[in-house]
Amino acid sequence: MAEQVMLPDPARPNFDGWTCPLPLRDHPAVVMGHGGGGQLSAELIEHLFVPAFANPLLEGMADSAVVTLGGARLAFSTDSFVVQPLFFPGGSIGDLAVNGTVNDLAMSGAQAAYLSCGFILEEGVELSVVGRIAADLGTAARRAGVIVATGDTKVVDSGHGDGVYVNTAGIGLVPDGVDIRPQRAVPGDVVIVSGMIGVHGIAIMSVREGVSFGTEVVSDCAPLNGLVAAMLDVTLDLHVLRDPTRGGVATSLNEIAKAAGVGIELTESLLPIPETVANACAFLGLDPLYVANEGKLLAVVAPEDADAVLAALQAHPLGVDAAVIGECVPDHPGMVVTRTTFGATRVVDTPIGEQLPRIC
Amino acid sequence: MKYLAEFSDPVLAKKLVDQIHATVTKPWAMMEVCGGQTHTIVRHGIDQLLPDGVEMIHGPGCPVCVTPLEIIDKALEIASQPGVVFCSFGDMLRVPGSGRDLFRIKSEGGDVRVVYSPLDALRIAKENPDREVVFFGIGFETTAPPNAMTVYQARKQDIANFSLLVSHVRVPPAISAIMESPNCRVQAFLAAGHVCSVMGVSEYPPLAAKYQVPIVVTGFEPLDILAGILRTVTQLERGEHVVENAYRRAVTDEGNTAAQAMLSDVFETTDRAWRGIGMIPRSGWRLSERYRAYDAEYRFQVRDIDTEESKVCRSGEVLQGHIKPHECEAFGTLCTPRNPLGATMVSSEGACAAYYLYRRLQTPEVVSSVG
Repeated sequence: MAEQVMLPDPARPNFDGWTCPLPLRDHPAVVMGHGGGGQLSAELIEHLFVPAFANPLLEGMADSAVVTLGGARLAFSTDSFVVQPLFFPGGSIGDLAVNGTVNDLAMSGAQAAYLSCGFILEEGVELSVVGRIAADLGTAARRAGVIVATGDTKVVDSGHGDGVYVNTAGIGLVPDGVDIRPQRAVPGDVVIVSGMIGVHGIAIMSVREGVSFGTEVVSDCAPLNGLVAAMLDVTLDLHVLRDPTRGGVATSLNEIAKAAGVGIELTESLLPIPETVANACAFLGLDPLYVANEGKLLAVVAPEDADAVLAALQAHPLGVDAAVIGECVPDHPGMVVTRTTFGATRVVDTPIGEQLPRIC
Repeated sequence: MKYLAEFSDPVLAKKLVDQIHATVTKPWAMMEVCGGQTHTIVRHGIDQLLPDGVEMIHGPGCPVCVTPLEIIDKALEIASQPGVVFCSFGDMLRVPGSGRDLFRIKSEGGDVRVVYSPLDALRIAKENPDREVVFFGIGFETTAPPNAMTVYQARKQDIANFSLLVSHVRVPPAISAIMESPNCRVQAFLAAGHVCSVMGVSEYPPLAAKYQVPIVVTGFEPLDILAGILRTVTQLERGEHVVENAYRRAVTDEGNTAAQAMLSDVFETTDRAWRGIGMIPRSGWRLSERYRAYDAEYRFQVRDIDTEESKVCRSGEVLQGHIKPHECEAFGTLCTPRNPLGATMVSSEGACAAYYLYRRLQTPEVVSSVG
């Protein structure tokens, strides 16, 4: 503790008489941070939705549920898409709507078979815009090898939406012998990322905010089911898969660490970060570890499988930049720590809501 | 944006660290003034690499941390008013005023927008002539010139629906106040490079002479920080106290004279309250008489609001370097980034937030208490 300080002279700046506001209470209404993928999102799900729905399937808190139906193991997932702008370098809300759900299913080891697609359209949106989105959605579905089997359309009054919202849900079969979930991470496991991180978030930010970073940053939006299939060809014993979308790599790794009760130790120098993303993050005061991805996965695998899994990833067009970035450790369970390039350590925490650009 | 990798080169960093170790023979306490430097130090673990006894004291140079509570409350009140578009840089949105923040105002229907430049706010004003557009102009000498330019442009283009809520502060008076504090332990300063890129270095030699402290103008990348520390400990060991510029790629002696002229035209010096410190004479800027029409405080007639304040938060002592963040009783328990008691826990540049994020390993008792 600091030693007792002298009483300040009221005529001078008071260095010891600091007071500050009472803490913010839990928000009585929804704030944007509840959708940011960080702690606020997790608390909303954990304290409001899960108790209301109360069933063991939700306790895994995974991106998709694995259910048994008629003797088959199905992965089942849903996702809503509210992105602005609707079209961005490297994709559109239509691409995201397919790939987001395909990837959520893939993180359970499932190959997506069928999707549903719900459109919520705002009155006044040009049909040509809706048509482009539908075309993109169809193209993305064909690329991912998934069939849009059912759908729904609703229209809301002008001013009551944001142009176009899309929801997709999907199902796919989980192969026999596959058990991929966050709780399976154990000390000694190797953490792999399938490629360059932070690209999608910076691509969206560059067009949404009109911030230029010298060269165009193109979203990495892509279906990952082929990449997962390539990994499963090497070993069925993948422990954890996660696609680090909202909240980025840091948030996904924290979720894994907490679910499995392990520590995760990253090595900063191993993180594959494109120069454009590093520059943009330096410019805005953001950390690439927290920036969203839409075509990357994190894999946690047994050390004896790491080389083969890494090679399988690197042999696939979507995994050429795959890299080992860290390992699971018995220390600091539930926490993610990174070794800095200078050999020091720092904690990589879950963000509260969304990252906020710094003032200076 | 070049040289990011070069200025984080671990081989060069080790050389600088070795030189620092070879130079230091006794304990020293130096203050990095700028919150951006604090962030770099903690994020890269630079202070873990320094010799035992060489202490980095985190200074009051985070614009978010030192923005006074009453200004936040004025912002909340203005942003709540119908017809207002309230524009701000991102990290001000979570700073708690009296029980609310700008995110809360937004959730209640207020039109609160994150912008990346004050000129974005001016553009919004031009595009929405029926709305009152306010930009939250806070920060040090670094952010003041673009805000001044924006008000200048608003006047020049006769954009009457734009105004600035201004709470700008200046570094040199704060250095004086810190050195004259009865409990001051600071023996040297790393001066904020970005501030000096605007203002030059001419304000610092009188401070170095008066208080007998080395002042080294320092950049923000890891190697910049280490080079600044090396020059500082070299001076301390030799008993010198001069101003050195270790950030010559960005800082000239005279600074940005065009920016200084803009500041002189648009702003005037004023006494300014600093959160955690109190009133420091002549330490701030406000809009000058010529630009009073663009001052949001006058336009919206916001009044001071009585505030109920925490009795346990010791941000002021943290800001002054009297204690480390984890020495505050509330750190990591009552006070976390999720429920900040003080602005030092809110801003990503705040010393408490930096310690919470990056240092909980060293305070395991905190870890168990964080839900």
